[in-house]
Amino acid sequence: MVAGRACLIVALGICLYGIGASVYGARSGRREWVASGRRAVYALAGVSLVAFLILQAAFLRSDFSFALVTSHSSTTTPAFYRATAVWSSQEGSLLLWLTLLSLWSSLMLFATRRRLREIAPYATAVLLGLGGFFAILLVFYASPFERTIGPVPAEGVGLNPLLRHPSMMIHPPMLYSGYTLFAVPFAFAVGALVARRLNADWIRHTRPFTLTAWFFLGMGIVLGARWSYSELGWGGYWAWDPVENASLMPWLTGTAFLHSAMIQEKRGMLKVWNASLVLATGVLAILGTFLVRSGILESIHAFGASTLGVPFLVLIALMTAGSVYLVATRAPQLRAEHRLDSLLSREAAFLLNNLVLVLLCVVIWWGTFFPLISEALTGHRHTFGPPMFDKLTVPLAIVLVLLSGIGPLIAWRRATVANLRRNFVVPVGVGVAVLALALALGAGSRPDALIMFAFAGFVVGGVGQELVRGVRARRVMAREPVPLALVSLVRRNRRRYGGYLVHVGMAVVFVGIAASSSFAHERDVQLSAGDSVRVGGYTIDYVRPTAKLVAAPNGRLERIDLGADMRVARGGEAPRLVHTERSYFPSVGPMLGPVSRFFEGESTSEVGLRAGLERDFWITVAPDTQRLDARVKEGDRVFTRADKAGALTDTERNELLGQALSGLAGSYAKNPPAATFRVLVSPMVTWIWLGAIVVLLGALIALWPSPRAVGRRVTAAYAARVGREARVPA
Amino acid sequence: MDYVVIFVVLALVVVVVSAPLRSRKREEAAESAERAELEAARDAKYREIRDAELDFRTGKLSEPDWRALDRSLRAEAVGILRRLDDLPTSEGDARFP
Repeated sequence: MVAGRACLIVALGICLYGIGASVYGARSGRREWVASGRRAVYALAGVSLVAFLILQAAFLRSDFSFALVTSHSSTTTPAFYRATAVWSSQEGSLLLWLTLLSLWSSLMLFATRRRLREIAPYATAVLLGLGGFFAILLVFYASPFERTIGPVPAEGVGLNPLLRHPSMMIHPPMLYSGYTLFAVPFAFAVGALVARRLNADWIRHTRPFTLTAWFFLGMGIVLGARWSYSELGWGGYWAWDPVENASLMPWLTGTAFLHSAMIQEKRGMLKVWNASLVLATGVLAILGTFLVRSGILESIHAFGASTLGVPFLVLIALMTAGSVYLVATRAPQLRAEHRLDSLLSREAAFLLNNLVLVLLCVVIWWGTFFPLISEALTGHRHTFGPPMFDKLTVPLAIVLVLLSGIGPLIAWRRATVANLRRNFVVPVGVGVAVLALALALGAGSRPDALIMFAFAGFVVGGVGQELVRGVRARRVMAREPVPLALVSLVRRNRRRYGGYLVHVGMAVVFVGIAASSSFAHERDVQLSAGDSVRVGGYTIDYVRPTAKLVAAPNGRLERIDLGADMRVARGGEAPRLVHTERSYFPSVGPMLGPVSRFFEGESTSEVGLRAGLERDFWITVAPDTQRLDARVKEGDRVFTRADKAGALTDTERNELLGQALSGLAGSYAKNPPAATFRVLVSPMVTWIWLGAIVVLLGALIALWPSPRAVGRRVTAAYAARVGREARVPA
Repeated sequence: MDYVVIFVVLALVVVVVSAPLRSRKREEAAESAERAELEAARDAKYREIRDAELDFRTGKLSEPDWRALDRSLRAEAVGILRRLDDLPTSEGDARFP
């Protein structure tokens, strides 16, 4: 514990030293100080990793002398979830933030240790500044190494049951990796602006980190959506919750930056826009952490709320003011080298795509903060609500999908009629064919979904055509067979074809979203055992109730599961058994009796899900536990009397409690009250997850180092060949 | 045990962070940094040349635009190669023929 706390103090010292060394080295031109500043980041990574491992070890061995372990873990929490409980706490997640930030920063600074010599020292100082902020929080405001007050308890409070889901094991680290990785391009943008080195070098060098940030944040968002769909029991995957929105906003501006950076690299345009976008993305990444940690907005992520709002607000204000100042004072150096040649060009399509992405971000920002804004202006807190979000974002999403189809097809600089005819006929044909198919399948009642399907078809058709043409060109150049030509084409142009695959994946995701949100059947229904109901073409029979006590590996009672077996059939298909249940975890509230604490604590839904490419059948149960109230209260009274008399040893007490709860569970199963079920039949939800996998695959292809980058040290003889081919006079 | 961990961490931090201040290999580092910078610029230029050719072959660049772009990109690439060859050679590198 002392070592952990000391590591954090050392981390803060390292940050302060590193900032000083980097800035002094940059100002004085003394490279050894710059190198020392860079090494301070490596040292920060090492020290924060040691602190993190100390905390992780305490969680794994259930060391309740750590106050944090007592309040966020227990001996009944499975080891798998004890390992992840570290970041369920505010203190642990701040430490994770610092550790990831320092690790990613170290990687970037090591990769660029011989490049970006004017920019890197300032970027190092910015990264250490951010690290220092989190170190200050961990040392002075939210130490993960506080000792438990009083005697060390034998048992902890336990991990919030909602977080006991496999995707929660990796969802937060993915989100935090995304947030911290976006700090890298932010820092290098600041460095480029301070050093006035404003060509595309910093964009090119930080691009892998920007793309990795985008990849991780996207993965975190999808995992969060999956968790929401299969764990929260409300039936959806996206609720426009403030914390969800907070992760989406930097992802949107990051997407915009990845596109507009290409224009700067190729044409020397959009420098102000790019700098502003990447700075905004950095600020939004911190805003995301702020929203989780401040608790200023009501959220399903309320388990993360705390009182660190003010320090975060100060940091966000500093980052925003500094960014605006730097862009404003460097405006003359940020002038574009070329002008837009035509509105019918790839540059214009990218620019439009950027505007739509930023507009989406602005809408989401406005909707997220509307409760606060309305409260400040009117004294009443009004919420934006999912219908309003949908109304404003759906048209923008449709335009975005269309633009993601146009981008890969349209010519740079100026598209001619011949170019448009040559590149657009096939994809438009595919889009029209998809439209006709969707109409034939009865999707005509929802024009917005219909348009989305057609545009998605256009995207897939366009990318398919690009692949075919690329393979043809490759075959002409290298005379390779088709499969080899395809592999060579993608291998030699990973960035381009990885990007195209991302577009296809996004189109598939949007098809899934459009179909599942437009054509879903949802119903809440109360059923007794033996009852039937029809929803969305399914016949659902409540076959029998189930009840069981679940013990942790150490023998202690972990939870009570009350559920239902349902027989589900659709059309002529054979009926299948689907199980759903609600798990009740004991509360540690001191005022609750030993029996009632199991029904007054947290509860989670285990969704009964039959997923398929065509549709998902989704069901949850909410058992009526009120019928058990009388027996629960009687049980509490028995234990209270026995405790007062001192008649029971701990072992006897546990055995008796097990018997009492077992009796309650048995009573529920034998004589079940009616239960309320939520039934949802959603078409094509699986397409969302499959599309996300395609997106991530595309991002991985784009990220994979090109053969040239792998073998960086090529000989000058090869280079001379390029010179000769260029036919430039000596 | 805690104090041993603290001592080891502190000692390692001091050694790692102060190493460049104790090193004498500064000039060499400057040269290798410039080479790395130029090599990265050269690789990016090669990628741009390949990209432009693929854009032309898949109909996103007209032939006159592609030829003009290709010429200027190759000229820039040669400029980078010349600067690379002007650097003092290290073992294993071949000179510009």
